[in-house]
Amino acid sequence: MVAIETRDVRKRYGTLDALAGVSLDVREGEFFALLGPNGAGKTTLISTLAGLTSADSGGLSVMGFDVVKDYRQARRSLGIVPQEIVFDPFFSVRETLRFQAGYFGISRSAALDAWIDELLDNLSLLDKADKNMRQLSGGMKRRVLVAQALVHRPPVIVLDEPTAGVDVELRQTLWAFIRRLNQAGHTILLTTHYLEEAQQLCSRIAMMKRGAIVAMDTTDHLLNAFSERVLRVIISGELPPPLVAQRTKQSGAWHCFSINDYAEVEPLLAQMRMQRVAIQKMEVTEPDLEEVFLKVMSR
Amino acid sequence: MIGFQTLLLKEILRFWKVGFQTVAAPVLTAILYLLIFSHVMSGTNAAFPGVSYEQFLIPGLAMMSMLQNAFANTSSSLIQSKITGNILFILLPPLSHWNFYFAYVLAAIVRALVVGAGVFLVGLVMAHIPVHNGAWILIFALLGSAMLGAMGMIAGLWADKFDQLAAFQNFIIMPLTFLSGVFYSIHSLPSSWQLLSHFNPFFYLIDGFRFGFFGKSDVSVWLSFGVTTFAFLCLSAVTLALLKSGYKLRQ
Repeated sequence: MVAIETRDVRKRYGTLDALAGVSLDVREGEFFALLGPNGAGKTTLISTLAGLTSADSGGLSVMGFDVVKDYRQARRSLGIVPQEIVFDPFFSVRETLRFQAGYFGISRSAALDAWIDELLDNLSLLDKADKNMRQLSGGMKRRVLVAQALVHRPPVIVLDEPTAGVDVELRQTLWAFIRRLNQAGHTILLTTHYLEEAQQLCSRIAMMKRGAIVAMDTTDHLLNAFSERVLRVIISGELPPPLVAQRTKQSGAWHCFSINDYAEVEPLLAQMRMQRVAIQKMEVTEPDLEEVFLKVMSR
Repeated sequence: MIGFQTLLLKEILRFWKVGFQTVAAPVLTAILYLLIFSHVMSGTNAAFPGVSYEQFLIPGLAMMSMLQNAFANTSSSLIQSKITGNILFILLPPLSHWNFYFAYVLAAIVRALVVGAGVFLVGLVMAHIPVHNGAWILIFALLGSAMLGAMGMIAGLWADKFDQLAAFQNFIIMPLTFLSGVFYSIHSLPSSWQLLSHFNPFFYLIDGFRFGFFGKSDVSVWLSFGVTTFAFLCLSAVTLALLKSGYKLRQ
């Protein structure tokens, strides 16, 4: 089943095409990344999905529910962690979460309180449950936003740059938790500027530029298509001519050789030994999403 | 229904948690008005025979406090949520425009009634206040606070900044309340001002409210009821239309 579907969604602000016909499907249970530079339209797309912005044309649905016609069902199916840190200064963490559940039609019960405790525990916030929101640090407030998005148990979770300003340790805790949710069957849509996070977590990636999707494929396919594994060496002296012919790139003192897999490393090294090349430094770099991203964006 | 109840509870707790500022302070302000005006004006002829100035003033002050606080409740809640961004929390859930309208307006009524009751109780200590017809008192209290609650929603939705809201309050709400006959009977005014007062819906709220206490009023209580009900329905229709369209809430 398709968890998130957008069909030729368009939105203009004056002369700016914030969304210039975006079509994408996120399947149920996927961990999907939406990447792109600032102003590419990621947040606008999320806003139209959440009903905060209305599209000029095109259709959007969440778990098969149209976000305009079946807005109640669509919103119940969706949990959104916003990019900006916002909070209600009048209430404690626990009150905030109880209210948020209530807005979604969940009345107070022992089961809800247990779920709130579980959420807080998973986000390392249990000891802050009865603190007023104002007393929390930025990173804590952001984690409360995550809990707020999850409190009504939505099948689809959208995280709009959830780790901006969160320290490394908490980032790991957060991802471990989101991963567990994904394994439990939740669909996750993520936007982030930390590309290594997207590479590690997401099975499929869409890249946006100026309101349009410019690349969309599985993470593996994108990495294979736009990035490569490279053996690179720094040697003393000049690289002998036969090896120069095989070299794919030279960057600074590094001589780079593209390889498809590790089986190609030994023959290359054997050649170097034969040519009496003295290696000072050596490493193998894996394909990485940053390279993919830069290539796709510069096309 | 739970969504609506939660929003209502949140709106009530929002002012109750800062009750010193939202309930105690307006009651104190009303007491100060009462002390000063009743001192300055003592001995002057009141509007109705057999009613002292103090007696005349207390219901007017109670209504004025209710109106101002009903307006303040919805307008400040909306503008704060808009400016801090936490309005998002109620835009993401499946709440309808009816849910929004009733939750905000009912919370405004609750605050207005608490403040009004506070002013009235203090007034009881200072003067004997008769109750001619409790039903009219309640009807006008509810109509007045609901009407200003709706007006506050319109202002809160429209304003992008606190100073715009302050302008709405200072240039529309304040003149309308002060020129509505809180402190005097409009019969004491020159005829042109009397005429003008008849275009002020707040005048009818206060006049009808006073009728509930004294059984006497400047205009027929039924006229007051009709005018204020009409004004309330118009303001509610505008509020609901703005909420439904997502005016300044959803782009």
